Amino acid sequence: MSNIEQARRALLRRVLEGEGNASLPDRRAAFDNSGFAEPLSQLVAKVAGNAPGITDEDIDRVRQSGLSEDQIFEIVVCAAIGQASRQYDIAKAALEAARRN
Amino acid sequence: MRLKILDSGHGFGTKVLFALIRAASRQRVLDVIKLVKYRPDFYGTPMSEVTQEAMRGASPWSVGDRELMAAFIAKINRCEFCTKAHSAVADLAYGNRTKAPAALSDLESSGIDEPLRATLVMLGKLTKEHVLDADDVRAVIAAGASFQQIEDALAVSFSFNIIGRLADSFGFSVPPPRAFDAGAKYLLARGYR
Repeated sequence: MSNIEQARRALLRRVLEGEGNASLPDRRAAFDNSGFAEPLSQLVAKVAGNAPGITDEDIDRVRQSGLSEDQIFEIVVCAAIGQASRQYDIAKAALEAARRN
Repeated sequence: MRLKILDSGHGFGTKVLFALIRAASRQRVLDVIKLVKYRPDFYGTPMSEVTQEAMRGASPWSVGDRELMAAFIAKINRCEFCTKAHSAVADLAYGNRTKAPAALSDLESSGIDEPLRATLVMLGKLTKEHVLDADDVRAVIAAGASFQQIEDALAVSFSFNIIGRLADSFGFSVPPPRAFDAGAKYLLARGYR
C-alpha cells in the first residue's frame, strides 16, 4: 500500500532544516503561519487560507520589503506545506480515532 | 508566473531540457514543470517523491481514482490549473471523458461508486473546512471504503493541498486543453518523478 511517511518526513526536513536563502526561523514561521509582520503575514496567511486570492501586488509588496525572489519562493513553499501538513495531521488523527473504536 | 526566477532562473541544462520539451510537444513548458525544476533540491525533488508514492504507489485505488481525487481537491481549492490538469489525467486513466467531469460537476448525481463518492466528500470537507473527525471517517467506512483506502486518499490530499496552493500563489498560467492532454499522457506514462 502507498506510504508517503518517509518521503513526507524528508520533504519537511529539507524545507525546514536544510540550506536555503530564507532563514530557518522565517521558514518555520511560514510553515506555522505565525510570527510575521506585514506584508509577509498577509501573503503567508493567503497561501494557507486563500491562495486563489493572491495578487501580483501581494508578491510585489513582499519584494519591496527587501526579500529576494528566492526567499519569497522558499517562504511560499513552506507556507503551502505547513497548511497541508496541519490538514494531514488532523485527518490522520481522525483516522486513528476511528480505527480504535 | 509572479516570480521571474521560476520563469527564467533555471540552470543551462534545465533550459536545454525545456527547449527539447517545447520541440517535442509543440507546447509551452507547463508552469508546474518550471516550478519543480527550479532549485529542485529544495522543493521539486523531495516533493516529487511524495507525489509519486501517493499517486502511483501500490493502492486499492486505481490511478484514475487518485487523479480524480487530485482534481476534486483542486476544484475545492479553486485551482483552475490543477483541476484541468488532473481531470485530463483521470480521463486518460479511466479511458473515458465522462466519469471525472461528471464527478467534478455534480458528485451526488454522478453515479460513481459509493466508496469513492464518500471518500471525495471526506476530502472535500478536509480541504474546505480544514477539519475532520472520527465520525467523518466512519461514514466513509460505512460506505464501503477500507481504512487503507482512506489513508491512501489522505496521501493524495497532502500532495495536492500543497501543489494547488503553489499554483495559485505563483500564478500558473492556464494553457489550452491540448497542452493538458499532452501533460496527461506524460504523467500517465512516466509518473511524477
